[in-house]
Amino acid sequence: MSLSPEEVRKIAHLARLAVTDEQVAAYSGELSGILDFVDQMSQVDTAGVTPMAHPQHATQRLRPDVVTEVNQRERYQKIAPAVERGLYLVPRVVE
Amino acid sequence: MHDRTIAELARALAAGEVSSVELTRAALDRIEAHDAEYNSFITVTRDAALAEAEAADEARAAGSAGPLAGVPFAHKDIFCTDGVRTSCGSRMLDSFVSPYDATVVRNMRDAGLVMLGKTNMDEFAMGSSNETSWYGPVKNPWDTERVPGGSSGGSAAAIAARLVPGATGTDTGGSIRQPASLCGITGLKPTYGRVSRYGMVAFASSLDQGGPMARTAEDCGLLLGAMAGFDPNDSTSIDRPVDDYRAALEGADVKGMKIGLPEEYFGEGMSAGVRAAVEGAAEQLRELGAETVEISLPHTEASVPTYYVVAPAEASSNLSRFDGVRYGYRCEDPQDVIDLYQRSRGEGFGAEVQRRIMVGTYALSAGYYDAYYLKAQQIRQLISDDFRRAFEQVDVILGPTSPTTAFRLGERSGDPVAMYLSDVYTIAANLAGLPGLSMPAGFADGLPVGVQLVGNYFEEGRLLGVAHRFQQATDHHRQAPAGVSD
Repeated sequence: MSLSPEEVRKIAHLARLAVTDEQVAAYSGELSGILDFVDQMSQVDTAGVTPMAHPQHATQRLRPDVVTEVNQRERYQKIAPAVERGLYLVPRVVE
Repeated sequence: MHDRTIAELARALAAGEVSSVELTRAALDRIEAHDAEYNSFITVTRDAALAEAEAADEARAAGSAGPLAGVPFAHKDIFCTDGVRTSCGSRMLDSFVSPYDATVVRNMRDAGLVMLGKTNMDEFAMGSSNETSWYGPVKNPWDTERVPGGSSGGSAAAIAARLVPGATGTDTGGSIRQPASLCGITGLKPTYGRVSRYGMVAFASSLDQGGPMARTAEDCGLLLGAMAGFDPNDSTSIDRPVDDYRAALEGADVKGMKIGLPEEYFGEGMSAGVRAAVEGAAEQLRELGAETVEISLPHTEASVPTYYVVAPAEASSNLSRFDGVRYGYRCEDPQDVIDLYQRSRGEGFGAEVQRRIMVGTYALSAGYYDAYYLKAQQIRQLISDDFRRAFEQVDVILGPTSPTTAFRLGERSGDPVAMYLSDVYTIAANLAGLPGLSMPAGFADGLPVGVQLVGNYFEEGRLLGVAHRFQQATDHHRQAPAGVSD
């Protein structure tokens, strides 16, 4: 399994990671090595095996549909990089 | 006092021999004097610690203190602490002051334990050497040119250096047990679901589990008793009463116990010193009355590749929350929203975190899901079945924790796959959700060697009991790095 620099750029874009040309060169070698390594999984016969969803086969708990959280917007927005009048600021999305 | 265990400190506090303020101040002074050498703390919370210590002393005077009230300890910097920076070892969260407490933090606060600060760790718990931290590597107190292991390397080093008697850790593929082994301390990864993950920064949600690290099994039992419990805020927390670990230790015995030795754990790759320690531990347990039985865990070899699909896949999903918008690092002068995301993440995450996000993104991308994640979850089931069959024959499983002792700083940091293989013996317990414990079992070339015990679901008490009995008969866990006991 070998990832080309173009494939690495595509994956980095999907993951929203800005990468430099130098990083792309390093990552294509390293990621190819990791994928080669995980390809050892193909040696295991898994025909008919049910994929594990939870080690103890527990299922998701349900709870009554009632309000349990109070609004703490100011508290949570205090740690945001940029807010204005209760809104998170990002660069203009729609021209 | 810094050489005392948590159990001893709790007794000294109860007897009025020492106050929590005295203990806390002495520990803070030791951290200040010595931690430059180890870099085991990211944040020290002196004022808050002294206030907590004062409150613990008052509670004790009023007769309302629990048994651990006033004992100092530290949290791995992955647990959210209200009003205190929670960095997760990352530039991404360098400025993140958590607005709430993790359940584990609240539980330990309620028990009256005094937090001295937050310990260093591999970035987002991704690493086996503590070299991926934004705050620089942690040094192993046994040899400061060597790594302490990871990702809970700060906690392990701080305990080995006698800066704190105990600390929390988290373990996704060995991150409590491997550093415990490399630093000569005891660490326990509980059953998946035993300790709440609420407020513990997520790495791989189906594998992550918090647990205690300390010098002795007895102390790990005391800390686990304070940490564990059902939490409605964690959807995978198990609603089941917490065992009385203190009672499990009293009169703990291994007579007649069947201890499984998996043949796959004794093959190539294990260093001679580690092999000798594991064989020595097996012999010691036989002398104490246990019977050792050879068993097989046939899918052991597949566990590391399987893990390096499951963990990155879940990480790529979990870490998508870091977007430079709501909290954490934000790049300078973003041109548009995509640029904001990409540069905030490109600059905020280190190389190992980026590698894992990309491996996970690739494994989950269209057309690859069945070949990677689904296949990995099938192998996970086979690994779990191996353990289920083993526990039909034996009570606990004994093997090495790590294939080698502490390696040199920089030795493996250029080769991700070589680093991943550090966790070959610990990963399977995470994939199967089983409890695992590492305890000191000897030395090789002056460096500590740990051995691992794996138990069936919710048998933390049994693991702690075996380790406690072992520690009553041995003194490996009492050894300290040169100079730290002065």
